[in-house]
This record gives sequence, structure tokens and C-alpha cells, in this order.
Amino acid sequence: MKMLRGVIDWLEERTGIESAIHHFLYEDVPASAGWHQVLGSVALFAFLTQVFTGILLALNYAPTPGEAYNSLRYIVTEVTGGQMIRGLHHWGASLMIIVVVLHMAQTFLWGAYKKPREATWMVGALLLLLTLAYGLTGYLLPWDNRAYWATTVTVHISALPPGAGPYVLRLLGSDGGSIGAVTFARFYAAHVLLLPPLTFLLIAIHVYLVRRHGVTPIEVDATLPKKKFYPEQVFKDTVATFAWFAILVIMAIAVRVPLGHVADPTDTSFIPRPEWYFLFLFQFVKLFNGPLEVVGAVVIPTLAILVLFLVPFIDRGKVLRIRERTGAIAVIVLGVLGWSALTARAIQTTPPSTESPDAGFAQVEPWQQVPPDQLAAIGAFRKDNCATCHVLGGSGAGPDLTRAASQRPADWLLQHFKQPAPNVATQLKGPELRGLLNFVTKRNDVAVKAWTGAPVAAVEGAMVYQANQCGACHKLNGAGMETGPPLNGVADHHNREWIEGHFADPVKFSPGSTMPPFKLSSHDLDRLTNYLMEIPK
Amino acid sequence: MIAGLGGIMTAALAAPAAAYLLLKPRSQKQGDFVPAADLSQLTIGKPEEVVFHRTRVDGWRVLNEKSTAWVVRKDDQNVVAFTPQCTHLACAYHWEEKDAKFFCPCHNSVFAIDGKVVSGPAPRPLDRYVTKIDQGKVLISSEIQLG
Repeated sequence: MKMLRGVIDWLEERTGIESAIHHFLYEDVPASAGWHQVLGSVALFAFLTQVFTGILLALNYAPTPGEAYNSLRYIVTEVTGGQMIRGLHHWGASLMIIVVVLHMAQTFLWGAYKKPREATWMVGALLLLLTLAYGLTGYLLPWDNRAYWATTVTVHISALPPGAGPYVLRLLGSDGGSIGAVTFARFYAAHVLLLPPLTFLLIAIHVYLVRRHGVTPIEVDATLPKKKFYPEQVFKDTVATFAWFAILVIMAIAVRVPLGHVADPTDTSFIPRPEWYFLFLFQFVKLFNGPLEVVGAVVIPTLAILVLFLVPFIDRGKVLRIRERTGAIAVIVLGVLGWSALTARAIQTTPPSTESPDAGFAQVEPWQQVPPDQLAAIGAFRKDNCATCHVLGGSGAGPDLTRAASQRPADWLLQHFKQPAPNVATQLKGPELRGLLNFVTKRNDVAVKAWTGAPVAAVEGAMVYQANQCGACHKLNGAGMETGPPLNGVADHHNREWIEGHFADPVKFSPGSTMPPFKLSSHDLDRLTNYLMEIPK
Repeated sequence: MIAGLGGIMTAALAAPAAAYLLLKPRSQKQGDFVPAADLSQLTIGKPEEVVFHRTRVDGWRVLNEKSTAWVVRKDDQNVVAFTPQCTHLACAYHWEEKDAKFFCPCHNSVFAIDGKVVSGPAPRPLDRYVTKIDQGKVLISSEIQLG
């Protein structure tokens, strides 16, 4: 104990840290201070949590398009605790915005921005904007469809101001409005290099100003003795922070953060939506059309921010008790109503997503990546019990075909497929024989992995696909023609009824389609639909 | 009370952070055995530097890269494939024909043909790839057994 005292004294003498902490903790606060002053501390803690979890994410994250998605997928599917850290960062952002907005609303209601606290308010307003800027720049970083398409919209909105548009686009690294490596670098750099030091600086100024002018007192405080910041107020701040943190941890554990498919600029079916706290703005912009769009998207939001800054100069009345501040209460009530109505409308008008929010978590099995002709050939191999002699991954009467592709001449192989042994004939037909020939001589590595593990139903689906020559018009897993649309990820765009119905009557479901109708047995229809729906993008 | 709540919050952040940084990620991709050499081309008791392609998992990336191993044929059914780095500070070592020893030029570690340390600062015998022989081929896995 004595030694610790000695160390503290040594530090105090050289740095003055002990007296600085003492000064900070034993600051006078008005007698009325209490639970309604805790939000600022919670917001500060929320920011520090974001910094901490953000640094952890960055330690396993590659900030370039494509790699960003893969590394994030690695974090949430392979790294221990990765999903938790991402959950804390993602939900922490939302909860931080809630706290910051509540903090501002409260300051506004109490009129705590009045002289001499105008600068404290204005720095606070800047911090609110920075918090929103984190949300905007961070949204792109997962590089999934949601991130890509929502940011495309954001970038195009920022290009609306007449005259300045092209320069704003260039600043965002998005000449022509496309999102690529440069845009990504700009958003990432802003998110992790530009915004954090600015935030620390403004928080320091904000806290300094709060300390300089003290917490806003109310009338009765003049007659009551002042309290110390520690321990009473620190206790209340800690309890509030703990409650906030408990909600965050529960959300991070219980609610998985979505991860869709990797960003696909050619995906025309994805319907982008911003994060929930920007939905009101998204809906608001919809109220303005044509040349007026810039008014809704740029002019009014800019004016609103300006008004927010100038609140202390607009409301120059005397400090009043909260109950008498009817104007401020009306503004808050109207604000909440307007925000809720716009947000509710935006949610109502959002069609169901064409993509599962958890699409990025699904593990793709080898058989889902094999071209249909090779998967169908696996079916032909199984159909006539070829594995009786050709034991896969082991030794049997015939060679193990997973070891190496067959070097036998095509004629020999075709004859062997028809009659593998004297007095033994198979049921294989023409297309199956050709498919099998192609498979055993040219099968790819993924097909070898799929050979033992491919589900029977999927293999049967691929056989139906081959028997009906779907590949003559469609491309699937890299094989086939491109006369018709590619079929990878077809389940992202169409439901089961659509796909099944489309086989029997293509024109009915896809007007103008040149695809002939296919009459499939219910078994084949079921197998083919299942198979197609399970092949990912 | 303040310290208690602060402690709980610190622990709730520190525990997942520690797991995140210190525990081995569960890899969903695994490297398989790959053919590296023909057994018939190896002479018993004479190490050969064999070049092969293997799949290596590097974080979120799966790389197919060139790799080498010092393969020693022990008899008709057994081979040993040593990883090509010295167990001291991971310099590349080589086989000295005249001394019949593996020699590392960085800090003069010397290993016998069975990988055991003969002299020098190397702390343990040479590391080995897991191998198997199938139909006359030496197959090497990406799994490594420390010496």
C-alpha cells in the first residue's frame, strides 16, 4: 500500500494526474442534477465501444471491394466471437444514434442551449452529424448487395446539387456515379481515419464546454447547496450506461446481423433500402419529383441542419421551466410524429426482399458448384452401380476414379459403360453415356468432391435438367448457352410457384419468353425445381 | 457498485475480444492430400527436394501454391516428408551430400537424415508433413506434425 502511494506521489509530482482526476471527479453539480443528466455519459461510452469493436473488426478485415466481403464472412463464420464483435459494432451504431438523438432532444426540451451554452449545443449538433456520417460510410463496408445498392443511391443523391454535383461525386471517388475501388477506399478512410479523430476532438471540446459552464441549473438550484459529481452522479451515469450496454449485449447475442450475397452490380432485382434511421429521409425524398427532387434531397435537409445549429439564436427567450416550454414540446412532438409517419410508410412500401438477409452465411456445398452435366453424370455412375467395382476413395475391382481422370480411349469407355463386364449390361442411354464419358475423362476437382456427397434428389434434378437439354439455352454453374437467362441464384428472384408454373407455361409467367413449354411428370418437376432453387448465385 | 458495474462491462467486452484474437478460427476449408512424387523415383536413404502444389488456407483466402518438402524414403512402404524450414528461425536448410546431414546456413543447425538435431541452436527435430502412399504415389497433406 505504501509502495502504491509512493508510485502515485511520484506520478502526481511529474504529471499532476492525481489532482486532475480529483478535480474532474469532485466538480460541483447543481442540486437538481440527477437521472436526466446521464445521456451524455452514455453517448460517450457508446462511442468508445464503437471504437473498440471497430478496431477489432479491422484486425481481420481487408478494406477492398470483394476481399472486404470475404474477410467479413470469415469474421462472422470462422473467427471465434466474430459474430459477437460484429453484432456489438452493428447494433452499437444503432443504439448510439438513439442515445445521441435522445440527448439532443432532452437538451432542446430543457432549453439547455441558452446563453452561455450556445457553443456546447453547436458542437453537439456537429457530433450528431458525425454519428450519422459513421452510419453512412460504414454501411458500404460489408460489400454485400444491401451495402452496394444503398450506397449507390446515397452517392446519386449527393450528385444532385446543381453545379456542385460532379465535384461531390469526384470527392466520393465515384466519377459517373458508379461505386468501385476508389469509392470504397474513400468511405473506408472516412470511416476509420477521418471521422474518429474529428469525433475525439469535438468530444473533448464538448466536455470541456460542459465543464466550463456546468450542467444547466434550474430555479431551485439557487437556494440549494451544490453536490459533487462523484459519487452520486457518477453512480447514476454508470447505472444508465450499464442498462444501455446490457441492451446492446442482448441484441448482439440474440439478433444476427444480416449478411447478403456479395455485391453484384448486375443484379437488377435487388431493392435497396437505407438503415432504419435514414428511412424517414428516404421516404421524404419520395415526396419530391422531377426538378424538385433536389429540394427534398438536398435543400431541405441542409436547411434543417442549419436550423438545428442556430437553435440557440432562434430561441432567444429567457430560460423557462420545462412545463412552460410549450413551443419546444410542440416541435419535439411534431418531429416524432413526422419521423414515425415517414418511417412507417417507408417500411410499409418496402416489398419483401428478393434476397435472404442471411444469404451470406449459407455454406455452399461442392455439389452446388458443379456444372449440371457433371452432376447428372454422377447420377449415371450411381444408377448402374458402377461403385461396386470402382470404390470411390478406396480399392475395388476397378480403379478408384477419384484418384485421376481416366486415360482410356473414348470408344473403349463407351463400350465399357454399356457392358462393364461379360454378361453384364447397363441401362445407360445415349446422353447419359456421353455425359459419363465426359465426366470420367474431364471431371473437375469440385466434381470429385461432390461425387460421394451429392444428395440423391439434387443428382436426380440435374439428370432431369440434362434430359430436357436446359443447357441448350441456359447457363448454370458455368456450363450451357446464354440464349436464355442464367439460372444461378434463380431462387433469389422467383418463388417455387413461379418456377414450377414457368416450365408448363413460360409465356404466362414471363411475357415475351421464347422458351417452349415443358411437360414434366410431377416427380421430375419437383426434382428439377428443388435442384434449381438450391444452386446459389 | 460503480466499480462492479464497470468491471462487468469491461469483462463483457474483453472476453469476446480475447476469444476473437487468441483462439484459432474454425476453418471450414481443409487441404487434402496431394500427390507429390512417385515412390519409385526415390532412393532409400537419399533425401530429395520435392516440389508440389498444395492448398493452403490463409485467413479468408484459399491459396493453391507451390510448396517444397525434403522427402526421405525409408523403405518400400514408408517415407518421411520434412517441411523445408529449419526449426530454429525458419531459414531454408539443405542436404549436404558429403556429410550426409541436413545443414542450415543461417545459424549452422545440423540435422540427421531422420530429422533429429545433431548440433546448432535448433530447439527440436525437423517438422514433418503428414504423408501416405497410395498406388506408388507419395501423397502429402497440408497438416504438419511438429518435430
